[in-house]
Amino acid sequence: MVPLRKNKQTTAEIGLGDLAATLDLSGAMMLADEGALLVADLHFEKGSAFARRGLFLPPYDTRETLASLADVVARFDPKVVIALGDSFHDIGGPERLGDEERETLRRIQTGRDWIWVTGNHDRILPGSIGGEVVAEMALAHLTLRHEPEEGAATEVAGHLHPVGKVVMRGRGVRRRCFLTDGSRCVMPAFGAYAGGLNACDAAFKPLFPNGFTAHLIGTERIFAIAKSMLCRD
Amino acid sequence: MHRRAPVATHRPDAGAWASYVPPVPKASAPLLPDRFRRWFASRGWEPRPHQLQLIEKARAGRSVLLVAPTGAGKTLAGFLPSLVELADQPAGPRAKGEGAKAERKLHTLYISPLKALAVDIARNLEAPVQEMGLPVRVETRTGDTAAHKRARQIERPPDILLTTPEQLALLLAHREAAELFAGLKRVVLDELHSLVTSKRGDLLSLGLARLHRMAPNLTAVGLSATVREPDELRRYLVPQAPSVLDVSTLVGQVAVTAPVPEASSATIPSPLVGEVAPKGSEGGGASQKRSRSERVVAAATQEVGAIPPSPTLPHKGGEGLLAGGGLDGAAGRVTLADLVVVEGGARPDIQILEVDARLPLAGHTASASMPAIYDLIRKHKTTLVFVNTRLQAEFVFQALWNLNDEGLPIALHHGSLDVGQRRRVEAAMTEGRLKAVVCTATLDLGIDWGDVDLVVNVGAPKGASRIMQRIGRSNHRMDEPSKAYLVPGNRFEILECRAALDAVHEAAQDTPDARIGALDVLCQHVLGMACAEPFEIGALFDEVRSAAPYRNLTYEEFEAAVAFVATGGYALRAYERFAKIVKGKDGLWRVRDGRVAQQYRLNVGTIVESPMIKVRIARASKKRPGAVLPRGGRVLGEIEEYFAETMTTGDTFLFAGEVLRFEGIQEDEVLASRTSAGTEPKIPSYAGGKFPLSTFLAERVRQILSDPFEWDRLPPQLTDWLLQQRRRSVVPGPRDLLVETYPRSGRYYLTCFPFEGRLAHQTLGMLLTRRLERARLKPLGFVANDYGLAVWCMSDITAAAGREPGFIEALFDEDMLGDDLEAWLAESALMKRTFRYCAVIAGLIERRFPGQEKTGRQVTISTDLVYDVLRKHEPDHVLLRAARADAATGLLDVKRLGVMLRRIRGRIIHKPLDRVSPLSVSVMLEIGRERVYGESADEILAEAEAMLLDEALG
Repeated sequence: MVPLRKNKQTTAEIGLGDLAATLDLSGAMMLADEGALLVADLHFEKGSAFARRGLFLPPYDTRETLASLADVVARFDPKVVIALGDSFHDIGGPERLGDEERETLRRIQTGRDWIWVTGNHDRILPGSIGGEVVAEMALAHLTLRHEPEEGAATEVAGHLHPVGKVVMRGRGVRRRCFLTDGSRCVMPAFGAYAGGLNACDAAFKPLFPNGFTAHLIGTERIFAIAKSMLCRD
Repeated sequence: MHRRAPVATHRPDAGAWASYVPPVPKASAPLLPDRFRRWFASRGWEPRPHQLQLIEKARAGRSVLLVAPTGAGKTLAGFLPSLVELADQPAGPRAKGEGAKAERKLHTLYISPLKALAVDIARNLEAPVQEMGLPVRVETRTGDTAAHKRARQIERPPDILLTTPEQLALLLAHREAAELFAGLKRVVLDELHSLVTSKRGDLLSLGLARLHRMAPNLTAVGLSATVREPDELRRYLVPQAPSVLDVSTLVGQVAVTAPVPEASSATIPSPLVGEVAPKGSEGGGASQKRSRSERVVAAATQEVGAIPPSPTLPHKGGEGLLAGGGLDGAAGRVTLADLVVVEGGARPDIQILEVDARLPLAGHTASASMPAIYDLIRKHKTTLVFVNTRLQAEFVFQALWNLNDEGLPIALHHGSLDVGQRRRVEAAMTEGRLKAVVCTATLDLGIDWGDVDLVVNVGAPKGASRIMQRIGRSNHRMDEPSKAYLVPGNRFEILECRAALDAVHEAAQDTPDARIGALDVLCQHVLGMACAEPFEIGALFDEVRSAAPYRNLTYEEFEAAVAFVATGGYALRAYERFAKIVKGKDGLWRVRDGRVAQQYRLNVGTIVESPMIKVRIARASKKRPGAVLPRGGRVLGEIEEYFAETMTTGDTFLFAGEVLRFEGIQEDEVLASRTSAGTEPKIPSYAGGKFPLSTFLAERVRQILSDPFEWDRLPPQLTDWLLQQRRRSVVPGPRDLLVETYPRSGRYYLTCFPFEGRLAHQTLGMLLTRRLERARLKPLGFVANDYGLAVWCMSDITAAAGREPGFIEALFDEDMLGDDLEAWLAESALMKRTFRYCAVIAGLIERRFPGQEKTGRQVTISTDLVYDVLRKHEPDHVLLRAARADAATGLLDVKRLGVMLRRIRGRIIHKPLDRVSPLSVSVMLEIGRERVYGESADEILAEAEAMLLDEALG
């Protein structure tokens, strides 16, 4: 087997309807024609949400998520960033955001539009975090919303945190992934502590009646994997 | 580190043991009251010397370690002093304060590693208590004890309470703990040798430290099989590095309950500790100071050797910053409990099972030996057949039944089987209805399974002490020899059996080194202590350091643990307002609220199970291939989730004595169907009690291998093999590392033989492949077993070594434990699993309980993600330190690898060969049996992706 280091490529191209979409190793999606960068399920302040219950996860998840967000924004320099819901882990999240993190967020927002689509974790978002808050929106012919809707035409959504699992020769690899059938895409969760739901779960079935391809986020590349190659947990 | 064979001391008339009466100490009051003497007599027994010795120790207020072989009446010896004391007490409520309502206090606490053992012992204690009409209440407290009974046990405690380390931790975190344990006189720790080798032992040591503090007159009794370093266990029993501020604790072992000889007034603690003649030692001259070897001789001259504590030893290692502890005059000393040794009974009758067939070079199933084993089973009353893994258990069980023309009752027992089935086997065993049981380590420990007269150990012994424990399972009368056969599965295992046999004959031990107390366990304990009562940080630090495993804990480490419990202990102090424990104005730390205590109770304990999944029988649908009919079949037991995840539909595997076909996972169960007779299982390897070869046996194997005179003692097939190896390559010396490089069908191989056990070899393999990759030799994978490992590459290793002198030496340079190890740890799945265990024990995340698993992705948190983030932002966090300490000895065995790399420095023998050597074949054969490592996650994904392309193009 040839070492894979040489093929390092951090993005993969797919088509969504008649739009070209660039999937990024970070878990973001760039729609170059629209100048829009999409991210889903940032789950800011998940660590502090757990801390309230006495489980002291390292309080670095928000800055970690922000750091990779800053990186991908710098690389694509989009006109607009759209966060597809559950940007904060809970309603109290924006209030708990640390000063440093708040400042980083503001810096990333500077010079571009910013749209927060609300999700089930963050139905209400305060103005203090900048940007515009919407329940769902249209972009070109795409609908952008948090929870994917059965039967909807062309749509990009989050909410489900898809991960794909591949087992080969006794070894299992489980990675975040984009699921798409060419007209719909369910994006992976972007947040540092956001877990995942196996792509073989029944929840995905009605969304992709004709199957899907999973674009698994590897260590250095994105891999397109057939649904038939994926295993349950 | 220093192995010492306790001098074997068989009295010539060992057979007459039962009638042997020791010289009775003249002046002493009768140790055994009449009532007890009559009871012994009524049973036709004579009290054994060590049993009397323990009563004597108890009277003198001494803690003591009793080391005795199976069948020596160890447990009764442990309880006898308590029974004697309790027998003298008034039958009614003990006078305490005023009023008839004053209750009796808990007198003796007994801790066992197994719930079942505690229950078993409670039953056995009933006999003496009832037959002598003693006013003694004995109760057990386990996870199964009903809530109302638990509450009652705290309100009106029994005289003797039998429980487990986890239950003790829970009791100690109770608000009534101080009240409950204030009058405690004795704690008995059973199977201490097995408890102290794990984190459970750490937890127990902390509990013991608390007990010693709450009940200053407490004495601890440890019951143990023979161990390499009894001093470690003696130290475990008594408080270490005591603070002079609490003189009563300090001298409690020596002087408090007894008048002390003049020379040792309680005001001069340090020279006193350990040198005072125990009171009541008139009989033994036990107060003399003796050197180690003299002590052994002394012990050997008597049936029972009573040994005084050693002179004080300098306290090793970091003193730490004793908070406010200027007065540490006595710190820096160690104290040891007394030692009573019952020398081993009859010498075991143990041999290697010789069969005519040639043994294979690899594999552990010993299939050639099955007819001989079956024959042995036929000829004996009850045989225990021990194996090392569940897979082997399944295989041996199946093989024996294939031979079982006579339909002998042969059963299977291992940890994955359904509990109900295990209980049935155990019951049948106790009733003597079974001819043989094939079992794993689940039957290693103390419970008496009826009349076993033969032990057969299939596969490699892995450790001398382990094998002796197992042999001890046969024949519970110490004066009759235990009978055992060792059955090697391959040629290397012959060497290992030979080495183990030699060790048994010398009574050499290779029990593991004493543990350094784990920090995750400490975190759990600190929270528990805060639940019990507010604590002062310096006082708790002193208490914790009095526990032997934590005696070298630094204040900085302790503070980090407290900080972790309070708010996670992060440099970014983000969670102050959510603190679980808070420091009050009075300087004491207390829990924030009852919810925290509740959380603690759910998390207590150090055993983190790998997630298991049930295996249920289902039928494959005939109409639709690959589909299964609705479930409803029987549950056979459980397998590890990660094992289930590596199977695909159609794979066949051995489980519960049957060959099953994997049909799929449905909800939370594996569905499997029965296969037609004669189906060959694919035999996937699933972990389950796989022990690495002990350092000690490994060393002996290297000795035997390197010494041609030793070869005479080996069977001819092995000698032939070694002679061939010598002709074709070289047989390495005992300290050398043989590295062979050779080409084979288009690949280039490197095999080496460190003999350091599979875990250390896996780690070495991971690190070697990283280096080979950097050297552009394009490594493809490796396999490892207990003796060596093989790595294969696309490029020629021999040529690289020829081009660059010192290439092989550089490959094995110790510096691989630096950056390479760090880089690998960042992504190692084993390291992540290690971290998860620490995170659960320390209370960073909640334990998963059965049925709670599928609560959805928002609730559960992946510790892998937490590990990545923490590693990046706070590489020195207490939990990462805990995980690294575990990695040193646990799944990654880094410590052993380090010792090996130092050992072989300048002693690498590189043999470039043109083909595989006889020794190397044995490792090569693991390819296809063992998992192949070395493929990165991306390579797996790339392969899966390629299949999609094939589909598209095809």
